[in-house]
Amino acid sequence: MTATLDLRASLHGLPGVDKVGVEARAAALATRSVKTTAKAAAIDLAIRMVDLTTLEGADTPGKVRALAAKALRPDPADPTCPHVGAVCVYPAMVPYVAEVLAGSGVHLASVATAFPSGQAPLDVKLADTRDAVAAGADEIDMVISRGAFLAGRYDHVFEEIVAVKEACGDAHLKVILETGELATYDNVRRASWLAMLAGADFIKTSTGKVPVAATLPVTLVMLEAVRDFRARTGRQVGVKPAGGIKTTKDAIKYLVMINETVGDDWLDPAWFRFGASSLLNDLLMQRTKLTTGHYAGPDYFTLD
Amino acid sequence: MFEYAPAPESRSVVDIAPSYGLFINGTFEAPGSTGGVFKTVNPATEEVLAEVSAAGSEDVDRAVAAARSAFGPWSALPGAERAKYLFRIARIIQERSRELAVLESLDNGKPIKESRDVDLPLVAAHFFYYAGWADKLEYAGFGASPRPIGVAAQVIPWNFPLLMLAWKIAPALATGNTVVLKPAETTPLTALFFADICRQADLPPGVVNIITGAGETGRTLVEHPGVDKVAFTGSTEVGRQIARSVAGTGKRLTLELGGKAANIVFDDAPIDQAVEGIVNGIFFNQGHVCCAGSRLLVQESAYDEVMESLKRRMATLRLGDPLDKNTDIGAINSAEQLERIRVLTDAGSQEGAERWSPPCELPAQGFWFAPTIFTGVTQAHRIAREEIFGPVLSVLTFRTPAEAIEKANNTPYGLSAGIWSEKGSLILAVADKLRAGVIWANTFNKFDPTSPFGGYKESGYGREGGRHGLEAYLG
Repeated sequence: MTATLDLRASLHGLPGVDKVGVEARAAALATRSVKTTAKAAAIDLAIRMVDLTTLEGADTPGKVRALAAKALRPDPADPTCPHVGAVCVYPAMVPYVAEVLAGSGVHLASVATAFPSGQAPLDVKLADTRDAVAAGADEIDMVISRGAFLAGRYDHVFEEIVAVKEACGDAHLKVILETGELATYDNVRRASWLAMLAGADFIKTSTGKVPVAATLPVTLVMLEAVRDFRARTGRQVGVKPAGGIKTTKDAIKYLVMINETVGDDWLDPAWFRFGASSLLNDLLMQRTKLTTGHYAGPDYFTLD
Repeated sequence: MFEYAPAPESRSVVDIAPSYGLFINGTFEAPGSTGGVFKTVNPATEEVLAEVSAAGSEDVDRAVAAARSAFGPWSALPGAERAKYLFRIARIIQERSRELAVLESLDNGKPIKESRDVDLPLVAAHFFYYAGWADKLEYAGFGASPRPIGVAAQVIPWNFPLLMLAWKIAPALATGNTVVLKPAETTPLTALFFADICRQADLPPGVVNIITGAGETGRTLVEHPGVDKVAFTGSTEVGRQIARSVAGTGKRLTLELGGKAANIVFDDAPIDQAVEGIVNGIFFNQGHVCCAGSRLLVQESAYDEVMESLKRRMATLRLGDPLDKNTDIGAINSAEQLERIRVLTDAGSQEGAERWSPPCELPAQGFWFAPTIFTGVTQAHRIAREEIFGPVLSVLTFRTPAEAIEKANNTPYGLSAGIWSEKGSLILAVADKLRAGVIWANTFNKFDPTSPFGGYKESGYGREGGRHGLEAYLG
């Protein structure tokens, strides 16, 4: 009871978010013009930040192996192209990806905890997490119980995250807030703090499985949250927008936002990731355009 | 650090002639006039952009006479016909907006992202808005058959050259008046390009006349006996002189003068957005804004958080080439204005306020001033009382809403104010007691043609914009 009161008081004591203001700020940052050398540097950084993702019922061992191979060498024609940040798959697919990625420096992320709905008993979620880690995942993307959060049962959500974090062992925990279901920016800020207080290593916007995924203003609110959390506690937490980021132009808008909100410390794959699939090919296409001066057609980039 | 490579907007979209004459009775006269000529420079580089004619008293006579003879037929046109011209002007402005934005940034020094995303869209919106009123004046609430006044003398400032022109010309023409307008001597070019747009729109000759020149030209114009209405935007000092010269002549007068707006941040404010609002309130357009939020009043319980956040945010402001699309703060409009800012900020330091600016490299050429805040400011400091009209913020604190209201109102000005709080009842209660013409809640420096704008006390009288803006041009 006391824990509930404390959490509620802390989360509701955070400064409010003005919707009009935060959307205007995000839109203003999106008008930055990033060209030539700045664009080339941004593209390489964005590639290194991609969590190359496939989360389909139809995923097969062959498909995820191909994806892992692409993660290692996104552009087979150009050895200077960096590898991506991680591959992200369902727990059942983890062993196949682990074989390919072993020793490469590319991380292996797996969604656990009854992804994407989070509607399962806690012991099932914990078993899901342990299995994924045992199979070789070093990053776990969990979903919070949005129902409990929206009902104000913050202690329930908090305890779930603590338990999953424990089940992760050494694996990094990314907590998916599913911001598209949280309805307000105030809730996004509160859920961010709740996840960080419970031990999240990363906070992530979305599963990609509901209509509204990552947006610039939501990510801005989350970046402000990790910035303020570090100022208060000394602990740095990463941010991962996921879903709906499809073009180089989109990715650069996020990088500009990091640059002008939290700065250098987060401009690194250790602290910022893009949950995306089709984004990578657009980054590669733009990268080739910058080096060669012309666009190559989609047939020159691998489909995975 | 993620450095952005230079991203300059091309200036080749605008073709500036070496010299310009006056625009009287629908034609550009030959350059040079009875008042001589003067040069207009790019304040970011001090490069001369063009030579412009200074209208002398004979030129003013001709301009007023042209407006007078155009007045009869223009005011007799059905409102719907006048609207067609205004709609046409609005559309041409939209079509030529890139050219006009680049020109505005060159002549004024403001960042291209502001001229492109704020000034030009608002300019077109004002013409569209007042075009809509032209055939509905009987329903505007100013009598069953409102009549135009006659010839309007309009004198505008250099901070928003084309936007202030739109604020003046659009309602004047919609209501059937004719116009002689004088742009500021440091920023005459967009008004001269607007003259060309009037020709392009086939506006009847004499309805709009643009005469360039300095203070003397402005004085001759407002004191001209052939003028029925004077509209001025600029400094309180000049506004006072105009009020004196117009007194007893029967001329109608509206004045939009200086300001020293309070931006009040309560401790329950949305802090991140409030900081954006503070930055936008004082650093937008280099602080060359009469309604700028130049006095920040912060509740003591939120002071540390707000100041830390504000300083961090100010460190990301990008000062430099106004034509670079990533520039946030451009050049100060003139050497004279820069000097004024220096004098007042030096006074701030001497009087004991603490000065802070983020690390900021200023270009060697041109007129520049780093974004600056003063803390420890009291109501007695000059920087808390006088309008600086530059990127300089004076920070004061308060404990209670009553103290905030008292400090906010303790100024000879009363143009605008801002309130930041998540509590609606507090916003309404405070807004009710602030003596300012415009009050923004949880935002700042937002303009819209449908919304009236104007001041209390030494910030002037009369309203521009909205239905209220028609009144100044109807008899």
